[in-house]
Amino acid sequence: MTYLNDLGPGTGLNIELQLNGQPVRAQVSVRQNLGDFLRESQGFKGTHIGCEHGVCGACTVRVDGRAVRSCLSLAVQADAAQVFTIEGLSDDPVVRVLQDSFVNCHAMQCGFCTAGMLLTAAELLQVQPEPSREEVREYLSGNYCRCTGYESIVNAVMDAAQTLRKAGGGER
Amino acid sequence: MKAAPFKYVLAQSLEHCLELLSEHGDEAQLLAGGQSLLPSLALRLSAPALLIDINRVQEISAQPQVTSSVVRLPALTRHADLITSPVVQAYLPLLHRAAPWIAHPGIRNRGTTGGSLALGDPASELPACAVAAGATLILQSKSGGSRRVPARSFYQGMFRNTCGADEMIVAVEFARIDGMQTGFKEVARRRGDYAMVGLAGQARRSGQRLTDVGLSFFAVGDYPVLEAEICQAIEAADTAAQAVTLALDVYEREMQPSADLWCSSQAKKYIGRSVLEDVIHDLFK
Amino acid sequence: MRPRLCGRLAVENAEVFTIYKGEGIGAAVPRVGAKRLVQGQAHYCDDLELPRMVHVCFLRSPYAHARIASIDTAVARAMPGVVSVLTGADLRSHCEPFLGILSHLPGMVSAPQWPLALETARWQGEPVVMIAAQTRALAEDALALVEVDWEPLEPVVDPEAALAQDATAIHPELEKANLAYEARVDRGDFAGEVARSALCLSLNISTTRVTAVTLEPRGVVAKWDAGREELTVWMGTQVPHMMQSVLAKHLRLSENRVRVVGMETGGSFGLKIHAYPDEFAAVMLSRLLGRPVKFIADRLESFSSDVHARAHNARVEIAVSPDHRIRAFGVDGLLGIGAYSKHPRGSVNEVRHVVNLLGAPYQFAALHAHVRVAFQNKTPYGMYRGVGHPIVCLLTEMAVECAARKLKVDPVEFRFKNYRADSDYPAELLSGTKLEALSHEACLRQLVSLMDYPALRKAQAQALADGRYQGIGFATFVENSNHGAATYGRGGAPIAANDGCTVCLQVDGTVLCNSGVTDTGQGTETALTQIVAHTLDLPLSAVRMQLGDTAAAPVSGGNWGSRGTGIAGEAALQASLALKDEVLRCASVLWDVPQGRISLNGGHLVDSIGGQSLGTLAQLCQAAYVRPDLFKSGPIPQFAVTRFYAQREYDGGIYTNGVQASMVEVDIRTGCVSLLKHWIVDDCGVVINPALADEQLRGAIVQGIGQALLEGCLYDDQGQLMNATMAEYLTPMAGEMPDIYVGHVVTPTRSSELGAKGVAEAGITGAIAAVVNAVNDALFPLNGQVTDLPVTPDRILKAIGVIH
Repeated sequence: MTYLNDLGPGTGLNIELQLNGQPVRAQVSVRQNLGDFLRESQGFKGTHIGCEHGVCGACTVRVDGRAVRSCLSLAVQADAAQVFTIEGLSDDPVVRVLQDSFVNCHAMQCGFCTAGMLLTAAELLQVQPEPSREEVREYLSGNYCRCTGYESIVNAVMDAAQTLRKAGGGER
Repeated sequence: MKAAPFKYVLAQSLEHCLELLSEHGDEAQLLAGGQSLLPSLALRLSAPALLIDINRVQEISAQPQVTSSVVRLPALTRHADLITSPVVQAYLPLLHRAAPWIAHPGIRNRGTTGGSLALGDPASELPACAVAAGATLILQSKSGGSRRVPARSFYQGMFRNTCGADEMIVAVEFARIDGMQTGFKEVARRRGDYAMVGLAGQARRSGQRLTDVGLSFFAVGDYPVLEAEICQAIEAADTAAQAVTLALDVYEREMQPSADLWCSSQAKKYIGRSVLEDVIHDLFK
Repeated sequence: MRPRLCGRLAVENAEVFTIYKGEGIGAAVPRVGAKRLVQGQAHYCDDLELPRMVHVCFLRSPYAHARIASIDTAVARAMPGVVSVLTGADLRSHCEPFLGILSHLPGMVSAPQWPLALETARWQGEPVVMIAAQTRALAEDALALVEVDWEPLEPVVDPEAALAQDATAIHPELEKANLAYEARVDRGDFAGEVARSALCLSLNISTTRVTAVTLEPRGVVAKWDAGREELTVWMGTQVPHMMQSVLAKHLRLSENRVRVVGMETGGSFGLKIHAYPDEFAAVMLSRLLGRPVKFIADRLESFSSDVHARAHNARVEIAVSPDHRIRAFGVDGLLGIGAYSKHPRGSVNEVRHVVNLLGAPYQFAALHAHVRVAFQNKTPYGMYRGVGHPIVCLLTEMAVECAARKLKVDPVEFRFKNYRADSDYPAELLSGTKLEALSHEACLRQLVSLMDYPALRKAQAQALADGRYQGIGFATFVENSNHGAATYGRGGAPIAANDGCTVCLQVDGTVLCNSGVTDTGQGTETALTQIVAHTLDLPLSAVRMQLGDTAAAPVSGGNWGSRGTGIAGEAALQASLALKDEVLRCASVLWDVPQGRISLNGGHLVDSIGGQSLGTLAQLCQAAYVRPDLFKSGPIPQFAVTRFYAQREYDGGIYTNGVQASMVEVDIRTGCVSLLKHWIVDDCGVVINPALADEQLRGAIVQGIGQALLEGCLYDDQGQLMNATMAEYLTPMAGEMPDIYVGHVVTPTRSSELGAKGVAEAGITGAIAAVVNAVNDALFPLNGQVTDLPVTPDRILKAIGVIH
């Protein structure tokens, strides 16, 4: 559901973007944030909204290759961008390994923070393929989890890093 | 927490942007990284009539530039770039040290130097670094053209600075200093939080002593200021230990930090002592 | 009750069940259905979209206490996109009010609570006007157009002030003004014990309000189907059947016309267990409008309208004899619970736990407990993981360690000396609390070994010599689980003490189950699947466990009070055992082999003579459903079984226990605390899935660390919540948390065949005390002690005298 019935001119815009590998055209209300656009206009519910003020990290998606908080970005700013949500990254070699590690290391309970954790961890492994536990904790320090206490998540990221190293890095 | 309605325009160029500012300056806000603006909109703390998106303005998106005397950062330099850029690493070590303390990776991917300097959040790192380093902000407007404002006189109150309604920051320049010493310390209970107390410092090594000392605290007052008296005290010292003694003397007399929700003024003052001490030792390394 | 699972049991030790092919009871398997969580395919409440659905937001009182003189909604109603704007007066005739009291707690009172405030707002955040629009954004726009004429009243904020003679009564109709509840227990000769003691010390301990801060905010989607005259409510909830009962009662429907569907829930920890006025208003709206309604609390309104918990002011006292025996414990406590007692569970359980369990791990002769609960103009109170157990553990264990330090006795030795012996159970405490079997000694022995305690004391001494202040703190905790009828049922609350599970065989021999419990992240779905699969000797993949849909699952109490594994698990076990008996009976009839020779084995029915497979479960099911003519004797196969289980041996619940230790370093230049390590040894009886159990402990411990060091709702003297954002309400994040080492002692409960007790709340129950004790151990050389939580840098620096 988009805010098409917002009032007045200049409040709705057409955008075109690549979303999860597919071209998408949409008309969006300019005040709609990227997270709400992805969920309500495009039906990708895997990105979760936890706080709407950029603190919890649950809404993290990938825009033009970078991890970004989708509540801190407007939908209109995604025009001409390449956007991936968790649904579109389950084929990504790094994310897939992380997903397996998360499952095997019991790194999620309610699952609400998981997409944001995976996206952020994937970026970490791209910039630092051999992180220490401290580096993992630091990189994930902006992703709130209330359930796990973080240790199993750290274990999972370390596990994924090791798996990727063994596989010779894979394709990034 | 949905933003109140606003109009939006994507600035196509710097000229376009300045045109828009001259016409709508009072009721418009610039959208750069958006990492502070969007929460403010969501909380309905601000409700501008117009958002001017400057993320596609080429003139302020370039890479950091180095000349023989200055390093120039375009306004849209992202915080993440301050960490990865070899230029910043080589020539702006203070920013390179400070940047990993700014919030979290996702926010650093979007937040900009210009945005951070323009907002001047009293708890944020970059304004204090700019003041400590004696940087110069390059502002531009349609009516006034380009003007240079020293960071040390840019800030005038909490979230208040000398930038006009029709003006914007296009770049910030730092002097290249050979043998530059830096010091940076931030105390926070959680990584990435707004600091309880922070200090940015820079100095030039001159034999045993330090000259051109610049120090600016953050998270203690309404806006970052140059701690001129403390800097002078340090410049008068022959050793780190002596500098600490002299500096703390001034600090005890002069410093009156503002409390925040979780940290009293007395606690900040006490914590600031060890922060100052550590930064001085860094400068003397 | 003797267990009879496949005859492969040893009751007393860790290896209670032989793990079936690596997957059954006792196996540390990954979560069933984990794939949906990592691929973004799980369905939470806000994901649901229905045709013609409207979105709701609330105008909430900006004042802690104010008369609502008038409300003008005309302009808001006229705004394009707005569907409805309703006030308390509009809703009043369509519902019954809440009343959060338990009749078995004498003297407990509260006032009726309507979905939207009528005439008076009693806390900042109380919903006053409900706005429905086509989008949430439009509803929020309309909110700004509603005009309310407020007449601010003097707020009653501090609980002590609330109970003063001249305090304004928040609910003038209540007899005892702002006193919601009071309880007193005096046993033994307290004064005499104190007089004879070698050491009597008291501590004034205060904790701040905390709130669960679930990452997924609470909310509902409601749909009234006028044609079928049925109401469906989708929500993230721990207690679908309770919600069904409460909704039916308050909206004047019969329960068989109310369906509550428990969705995937993004964390609950007790939050999503309560009847919230705003959620009920939204549900009512769906009936009034004839359109589906969605209400999802945003983070701002979550902070001021989610239940708060655990702000106690207590003076705890401990008396110790010359030979270092604890002789008496005493507490005088005061709790403010906000403007209303929360419906339907009431808000006074925290003090009940204090009264019931003060000093619980220890042998002592005299108990004094006096607790008072006050109304105040703040957000109403509710259950948050552990409820009062973390508080009573904090009070007890701070007193114990403080006493040990004063007596210059090692805190571990002091505890061993004073614990009730593991052999001394079942036991009844002075308070009347009945304990089945606890294992303090075994847990502490294992803990001391796990952490290599002597080495840590050496490390601490070395650090001190280097000018660094490290501390080690312990906490022995007692935590309730597997509750019986005494907790709620006796008090008249519509909360089932039992749980039910239906286990059915499909035509292809796979198993479909429905349980009334929910899984809000702890892995109940997995544990129950393991139990059923193990009993029927099937792989996990052959069993589907559906949870929390009142249309499909038998009436159940749901998931709370660490009862999911113990009670829902037992129901699943009993249903599976009964189904298994029926399967063997029918196999016997179908294949003409005596029942005693047949066993279920990996999907086959096997004859013990010769060891041959008589046929597959699939073949048996096929025959059962499509060839009833082949079953020549007895009834046709009954391959769907429902069993209910309630724990009736101990009406007050089956208590669990454990010990935790925390090691910290305090930076005395900044007052910041580094958490070096944390340990826990927990006894929750039989462990169905060690990995999931350990993760419950870890997650809960970190929540406890949050309350100890970081969390708290900050109020000004006008009852305004000052830190209602996630940047200012500080929760634990990855950067600062320690690695946590876990051990187990296994004392199965004999109240069930499964032998499992609860584990979900154990971590938080002891963590707060362990960390606070560790900090105070670190500050001891500096004569510092902190007794107010959270333990902030300010409090530490004050305690060591460097600021004032």
